[in-house]
Order: sequence, then structure tokens, then C-alpha cells
Amino acid sequence: MDLVLKLSYMLIFPGFLFLVLYAMACEWVDRKLYARFQNRVGPPWFQPLADFIKLLAKEEIVPEAADKIMFRALPVVALAAVLTSFLYIPVWDITAFHSFPADLVVVFYLLTIPTLAFFLAGWHSTSLFAALGSLRTLTQLFAYEVPLLIVLMGPALLAGTWTISEITAFFVANPGLLAVNLLGFCVALVAIQGKLERVPFDIAEAETEIVGGPFTEFSGRLLAITRLVVDIEMVVLAALISAVFLGGSFGLGPVWGFLLFLLKTLLIVGLLALFKSVVARLRLEQMMKFCWKYLAPVALFQLFINILVKAFLV
Amino acid sequence: MARIKVPIGPQHPALKEPESFNLVLEGERIIDAEVKLGYNHRGIEKACESRNITQCIYLIERICGICSHSHSTTFVQAVEEIAGVEPPPRALYIRTIIAELERIHSHLLWLGVAGHEVGFDTLFMYSWRDRETVMDLLALITGNRINYGMNKVGGVRRDIDSEQARLILESIDLLTERTEYYIKVAVNESTLKVRLAGVGKLPRETALSLGAVGPTVRASGIPRDIRKDDPYAAYDQVDFNVITNEYADVFGRTLVRIYELLESYQIIRALIQNLPDGPIAVKAPRKIPAGEAVSRYEAPRGENIHYVRTNGSEFPERVKVRAPTLANLASIREMLKGGFLADFPIVIAAIDPCFSCADRMIRLSGDGKDALWDWERLRNYSIDWYKLRGIDFSNR
Amino acid sequence: MVSPKKFRPRMLREVIGTLVKAPATVNYPLEKPETPKSFRGRIVFDSKLCVGCKMCMRDCPSGAIRIEPTEVEKRFKCAISLDRCLFCAQCVDSCPRKALATTPEFELTCFGRKGFQDLHK
Repeated sequence: MDLVLKLSYMLIFPGFLFLVLYAMACEWVDRKLYARFQNRVGPPWFQPLADFIKLLAKEEIVPEAADKIMFRALPVVALAAVLTSFLYIPVWDITAFHSFPADLVVVFYLLTIPTLAFFLAGWHSTSLFAALGSLRTLTQLFAYEVPLLIVLMGPALLAGTWTISEITAFFVANPGLLAVNLLGFCVALVAIQGKLERVPFDIAEAETEIVGGPFTEFSGRLLAITRLVVDIEMVVLAALISAVFLGGSFGLGPVWGFLLFLLKTLLIVGLLALFKSVVARLRLEQMMKFCWKYLAPVALFQLFINILVKAFLV
Repeated sequence: MARIKVPIGPQHPALKEPESFNLVLEGERIIDAEVKLGYNHRGIEKACESRNITQCIYLIERICGICSHSHSTTFVQAVEEIAGVEPPPRALYIRTIIAELERIHSHLLWLGVAGHEVGFDTLFMYSWRDRETVMDLLALITGNRINYGMNKVGGVRRDIDSEQARLILESIDLLTERTEYYIKVAVNESTLKVRLAGVGKLPRETALSLGAVGPTVRASGIPRDIRKDDPYAAYDQVDFNVITNEYADVFGRTLVRIYELLESYQIIRALIQNLPDGPIAVKAPRKIPAGEAVSRYEAPRGENIHYVRTNGSEFPERVKVRAPTLANLASIREMLKGGFLADFPIVIAAIDPCFSCADRMIRLSGDGKDALWDWERLRNYSIDWYKLRGIDFSNR
Repeated sequence: MVSPKKFRPRMLREVIGTLVKAPATVNYPLEKPETPKSFRGRIVFDSKLCVGCKMCMRDCPSGAIRIEPTEVEKRFKCAISLDRCLFCAQCVDSCPRKALATTPEFELTCFGRKGFQDLHK
């Protein structure tokens, strides 16, 4: 019975099936909001699903010169990584499906795997545009990853633990301390915009410059999977941010807790869409400068505040 | 660092029309750029020779989808000069109003494209939405959103009535408000500004020596505008400023275009208020006497030149078009050198290229070898080419 | 030259304001846009007025219009190839008897080539 429950958690709810559908719903919310910010109508609710099905039905072309095994395997590796990372993030409860000490670090690195997988996938597709895009993906990684990790350290430091479930539990016990990390929350929002490769940090797949970036040569099922990975990554990151910075479900029990989870993740998706619609794409070196000159110091400052709060208040 | 050559085009998302650019990159930096023309040659100049003047106007109008009125006006002006036909003042005023409305729609379109090229899609959507206002106006006055078909030898084809004049003024007020907003956006939005400022530098001297035209040269601080330098239509009747600035980069070109919008609104307001009464066209002969003329026109993208030679028949003997993009293409290489790959789309977009306008056959002289092939040589070449592939056309 | 100034979120304000505005998009096939009366759409022909001078055929830039005699004397029929027509309405201007006129009708797509032959008797 325990096994069935665990399997259903992993595969149906809130694991694979729910996550895929919710990721598509979030993609729709993102696209719809983006459209409405731009005074457009936007896609109907089933558009992401329809796109996914359409891509699945399309012919899959693997470039002759590409490394066939790597080219096919890497999107799946990326998918596996993001799906796994979700298991450590609490959904309706304070504790996640699986939790062990310092799982925040594990989740953080699991979420880096898609970026690396896309880099390798672009590199192995041997196209010039894909290679350029891959290099940009990797270069970008160094810009946003550091500020993101630093601000994630803030709440962890405050709660005195590296475990996501325990951080959430700490904030449920001390909701007032959530305000301390407001700055960190903003930095995290900007940084995950880079992780998800969206405007202003969509440098790696800037369509007017390098066509499709690492995904230039992808088509059919493989492209469907890569797009799904990005969608799921958005949900997982939103859930992570919500758990670490917003107190997750606040221990309100399954139904209310779950609704609060939806509300918070959608709020984060909405903020991301808003951010996306008011900025232009930066250049690679401008992004580097921005992340190291402004974002990282702000993140460090946030960490410093946390240290002070920890030392004098908690 | 290893150098790589990146082919941009003929098919590329940054290019709205096929044209080939080869960039030599060192990392992200552009070391050199190569421009290859000729993917869009449509033989319009030749086709004109087998059409009568009336038919030619519509063909010439279709050289460009955006500045269609520019081309047809330039052509008609040349024909009128040869035939000695003087269009009545009202016709000239209406031509000028359409020309300025076209400039508005072209510059708003450009603003959107520029926004899209730097990944600022919200600006793209907003400016194209506002552009609809002027497109609707054009449809109302001329009967079509693009390719207005307003010109004929000796005047214009349609009149502007008082109701239309009122609508134009109303829309202009709305657009003025929006344009002032865009100025604030261009000057204040930090992400947009860092992408535009200092990109695609074209110093004053280089711009002069490479013969750049239009907003490109005006942003390098050179007040060159055919509307002022060699007034045509009704431009000598209105007061307006030639917008220039000293930025000499993409940001400067953006500002020139946006401020030109405000000037266009002023011109249209003045013209509508002083619209003279009278006929909108005079009768022109079908057969144009022999002669030749050059006509100049300040299209939204720069100076447009047409040369027409007639021989006393209904048909022109030779038509030559020099579209503004051709004049600006020479400076592309200078603007790209030393920049980043990421700047490529916006640098290209900043000259507001219209490759299908520009693609004409030009003969380059001076390198010693004559690359001009006549018809017979081309035919023999194609026969040989197919022979190698097993198809014999020599007897057909 | 252009130095980074303080952050003025003009776009942000506009974007949030737009969220509550109705979309500018025209829901085209369901909502027809209003074409002005002077719109240059499908050309109609009045055989009662036509004298068969064929000026329209001479001036048509794309050779889309054909005027042909019918069995009845001094009555002409007109065929317009919509796939060639540029909708410049030069034929309307060229016609000395005003036998041709523009309509605001612009939805002329159809399946097959036959539908593009617009015959007027």
C-alpha cells in the first residue's frame, strides 16, 4: 500500500502527470499575461497542450553530423532532473515527499542539470548557431547561478538548516521573519529569469541573433521534451522560491495548503511575465556586468542582513 | 581566439527579406562583415520598359511595400517634368499629406521592428498597434492600407474631403500623444537604452564618405534632407525642422525617427489647414514626349532617386531606381565592425533596410575585371550548366 | 554620452494599465472590420454602360481585365482574373463611361482557380 502511494505520488499527483499538466497551465498563464500586457488576446487555455501534441506528431530530424545518442538522450536527462527535483519541494504540506538534510543544495544542482544538458545538446548538434547558443548558455550560467545560490543561502541561514522542508517549517513558525528576505526574493526572481532563459536573459536563444540557440537543430518529439523541461523548470523554481521565501503552504492542511501553493506559484509566474514584458534583451557582456556588479552585491547584502538578524533577533 | 565565420541570411529570423551577410567572429565580437546583394532582384526596371506610363506607376509602386508612395511619387515627378505637366496645388498638398502619413507608418513600423530585434516585444506590439491608426487613415483616404495608388501623371486620383480632414487631425492628435510617450520610453527605459547606445557607430566623416542617406546620416549630425535641400511637392509651403543629432549610433537613429514623427504631425496639420481649393489633377498626355529627368524624394528611409528616359511613345525607354537602402548598405560594414554578434540585428535594422527595394543590378568598376555578362553569355552559361546535369536546352 | 540614469518605470506603468484594457486585436473572422466606402475591393461591371473601348484593358497593370463582345450587338462582357488583379482600380479611372466601379468587398479567397475568374455579363 505504501509503495502504491509512493508511486502515485511520483507518477500521478503531485509528481509527473500533475507536474506536466500544471507546467502547461503555467505556460498558458505566462503567455496569456504576456499577451494581455501587450494588449493582445493571447492563446486559448489548451494552446500549450496542443503545441505539445503537435510537436509529438512532427517528424524528428537528427542532423547527420550530430552525436545521435547524446542528441536524443540529453532532453530526457534534463526532464528526469527537473522531475526528480520536484520530489524534494513541499507542495501541500510543510514536508516534501522525500526530504533529507541539505536537500536544498541537491535541488539547486538538479536544476542546473537542464542547463548543462542543453549546453551539451547544442554542442553535439554541431550546428554553428547551436554551438554559439550553447556557449552563451554556459556563460550565462556563471552569471545568474551565484546570486541565486547566495540568496537561497539567506533563508537557510536564518532557519539554520539546508533542508527545504525545515526552512518552510521555520517560516511557518516565525512568519514575521519572511519580511527579512524580501530583497532576496526579488533577486531570486531576476536570477531565475536567467535560469529559464527568458527576456532579458534569453541571450542563449535570441532568435533574431542565433536563430534558436542550442535548440536550433531540435524538432519533433525532442523539441517537445525540451520545451516541456523549460515549463516544468519554471514550476519547480516557482515552487522552490515559494517554499524558501514565502513560507510554502503555511501548514494549512491538504486543501488550503494546496490552493496556497497554486496561488503562490501562479503569483511568481505572473511576476516573471510582468518582468519579461518591460525589458529588452541584454547582451551577454551586459548581463555579466549586471549580474556581477548589481545582482551579486545585492545578494551578498541580503546575506549580511540575514546574518545580523540571526545574530541579534533570533 | 579562433575566428569563425557565421552566415547570417539569406534566410534568418533577423532579416525580414533575403540578403546574405557573412560575419567573421572572434568570440562574440564581429571582426569583419561581408554584405552580399542580389537575392531579391526582380527586374522591375526592365519590366517598366514594356509597360505604358500608367501601368508603370503601379509597378513602380510595388518596388517597396512600406514606402510605395515614395517610389510612385518620384517616378511621377520625373514623368511630369519630361511632359511639362504642372500638377495643381491641391494635388501637391494631397501628395505631401500621403507622403507624411507614409513616413509616420514607416517610422512606427521601424520602432516596432527595432524593439523586436533587441527582444523588447512589448514595444513592438504597442507601436504596431498605434500604427494601425495611420493605416486606417490611409485606407480611408486612398482605399488601401498599403500601395495606395494615389498618384497619376498630372495630379492625384482621390480627393480629401472635410470629414476625412477632420479624422486625420483627430488621429494625429492621438498619435502625437503616443509618440511623446515613445520618446520617454526610448530615453528612459534602461534595458532598451543600453542596447541602443553606442552600438553601430558611424562617425560624421565616415557617413559622408560612404554616402549614407536618411535618418542614418542625420543621426551622424549631417542635416541632409531632400525635403529641405531640394523641395518637391508642397514642402516649400510648410515650415518644419530637419532632425539631427550627434549620437551617431543606433540610439541617435532611433531618436531621429521618433522626433521626425513629431515633425510629420506638424507638417500634416499645417497642410490640412491650408489645403487649397481647386482641381486635384490636370490632364496629361498619354504619349510622353522624348526626354529625360531625374527626380529626388525624401523617402522614410532616405533619399530616393529615379531616372526616367522617354522616347515619345507611351512606354518609358529606361527607368532607373536608386532606393535609399542601397546608399546605406555601404556603411553597414563600418557599423558592424568591432561590435557584438548580439548587435547585428539592431545595426542592420537601424538603417531600416528594404532589400527588395535595393536589389538592382549595379556594375562595379575599378577592379580590372569586367563582370558584366550580356544576355547571350548568360544564356550559353545556363545551357552549359544544364548540359552538365543531363538536360539539353540548346535547341529550344 | 548616455549614462545610466535613475530608474523610471514608464513601461511598467503602461504595461499594468494595459492589463485591464480590452485587447486591441480584431477578432477577425468573427468580427468583420469596417471597410471604408472608398475601399478598393472587388470590381463590378455594368454591361449597359460599356461601349467596348477597352481603355481598361490598355491601362490594367497586370492584364487582369478582359472585355469581350457578346452575341448581342454593342453589348460587352467583362472577365476579371482576381488572381492577377492588383485592386488598383485604374480600370475604374480609365473607363470613360463609368461602367466599372469598386466595392468594399475584400474577402475574395476561394478554393480552386475557377473561383478567381470573375465574370460579369
